[in-house]
Amino acid sequence: MTTVQSPPPGAPSRRPGEIVIEALIVLAGASTVIIVALIFIFLLREGINTFLDIPLRQLFGQRWYPIEGYYGLLPLLVGTALVTVGAVIIAVPLGIVAAIYLGEIAPTWLREILKPLIEILAGIPSIVLGFLGWVALAPIIQNLGAPTGLTAFTGSLLLAYMSLPTIISISEDALYAVPKEYRDGSLAIGATQWQTIWRVVLPAARSGLVIAVMLGIGRVIGETMAVLLVTGNAANIPAFGPGMFFSPVRTMTATIAAEMGEVAQGSLHYNVLFGIGLILFLITFTVNWLAARLVGVNGARRSRGGLL
Amino acid sequence: MTPSPRYMALLMLALLLMLASGAACVRSTDSVDSASGASQRAIQNKGSDTLVNLALAWAEAYRELRPDVAIAVTGGGSGTGIAALINGTVDIANASREMKDDEVEQARANGIEPVEHLVAIDALAVIVNPANPVNQLTIDQIADIYTARITNWKEVGGDDAPIILVSRETNSGTHVYFLEEVVRQGDSGNSDIFAPQTLLMPSSVGITSEIQRNPYAIGYDGLGYVTEHEKLIAVAQDAGSPFVLPSVQSGSDGSYPIARGLYMYTAGEPTGSIADFIAWIVGPAGQQIVADLGFVPLPQE
Repeated sequence: MTTVQSPPPGAPSRRPGEIVIEALIVLAGASTVIIVALIFIFLLREGINTFLDIPLRQLFGQRWYPIEGYYGLLPLLVGTALVTVGAVIIAVPLGIVAAIYLGEIAPTWLREILKPLIEILAGIPSIVLGFLGWVALAPIIQNLGAPTGLTAFTGSLLLAYMSLPTIISISEDALYAVPKEYRDGSLAIGATQWQTIWRVVLPAARSGLVIAVMLGIGRVIGETMAVLLVTGNAANIPAFGPGMFFSPVRTMTATIAAEMGEVAQGSLHYNVLFGIGLILFLITFTVNWLAARLVGVNGARRSRGGLL
Repeated sequence: MTPSPRYMALLMLALLLMLASGAACVRSTDSVDSASGASQRAIQNKGSDTLVNLALAWAEAYRELRPDVAIAVTGGGSGTGIAALINGTVDIANASREMKDDEVEQARANGIEPVEHLVAIDALAVIVNPANPVNQLTIDQIADIYTARITNWKEVGGDDAPIILVSRETNSGTHVYFLEEVVRQGDSGNSDIFAPQTLLMPSSVGITSEIQRNPYAIGYDGLGYVTEHEKLIAVAQDAGSPFVLPSVQSGSDGSYPIARGLYMYTAGEPTGSIADFIAWIVGPAGQQIVADLGFVPLPQE
């Protein structure tokens, strides 16, 4: 590409082809923004009736049973929160530690083998993992003493596994982007490898790691098919305590997936399902916004290397 | 060697054209679907998961009889099939319950007059794990179990263990039938609903697999879907009535209390190949398949 960047003197500075290409590239870049905006407008149009037609008190009720007019979203919000928090607790430490091992400790030949394997993991369709969780993981959870194997924790385990490739890859890229001089300097003043990783590399890669975690959370919140199969889909608010992770729950995504086929277009139930989509959209939006705030736009710019 | 901008532009243009023609293709198949009377057209048949195996068996047998008529069968639940009929995307909606009044109204609002065809009878079996010592329940007890008024097996003569409730999703006709005829015991003034801790399974297999591996789960499903890995519960209408196991016999003579009609709905009175198909289904050949699959055939006059 570099050969066409500087036209030889005397040639027309911009050929028509170039203008077309440039326009197409701008269009490609803008399309994401436009599409997100269109999705938001669509969700708003189809889902806004949820908040206009149903009194807030009922909307935050404890009962979700739409075929009889119970539209309490609380069990679904709690379900999604439980599954997501569980998955993040499992996946974030594992993911970051795995990335540190890959990026800082593992010998090159091992990294060359492991990294592509981890990326293959990301390509396994979620329904396949969900099916595995349903036939293999759920009975194990049940044998551990839960009244049923279909619990929030089962979903969390699967989703943690599913978000690991995202978290590992992006964390590793963030670590890779830390200049080699930082490590050299740290080691040169007598720090051990552990001190170098913990005190120098990790803080320097902080913003990239936050992005990795946030993208992982995004994957977890939005995942549908796997949780539909393994969380039991009971719209129940479990009693507060550690045991709540071992209760069946119904997530927002699973609710949309399970019920979207049944509703008549334009009915209140249909609007409410889009309303749930709107809430999910806003949650993801907030997570991303928080990530940006946490990192600080300048921080993100400064510390990211060529890969991020 | 770098590709020239002109070449790239051509490539992009080709890509755009491909996308556009793809969209056009999708649209053109749609129009073939909605054009009625074409001989190559597939009859779209969708809905109840209880009926889906039966509908597939009918479609396969009918294809041998009439190779020129293609029938596309999909499941998804009665609500899904009825919604598709209301939205005008299927020819026949399968339902394991009657259409609700508001669904009929929605269909009429879309200019569709749904016509009901009773095609088979299903005995709804209440099932537990074979390791569960409980063998029989009254409708009253089942209703109390599913509304969490009874939460421990020892209250109905079983082990001291919490009852795990398993049900189909709310888009299932089986779910709605069970709600109306068992949980509410056919009383339209009763507004009980399933307890919130009820596990809602997206398929019949979801129910049977949970029953198979969980000794304290209780579920319900069409008799045709029950295998030897689940135990049938004998059901009594009330405390004074005999307990009856579900079977083709007890379903058709009316002694088993939880039996229901299975329906096909068409948009308006069926004509042409759809009418022939439904007439064949309710005839002796179609009803033989009903009996073969463990459902209860319609009484033949």
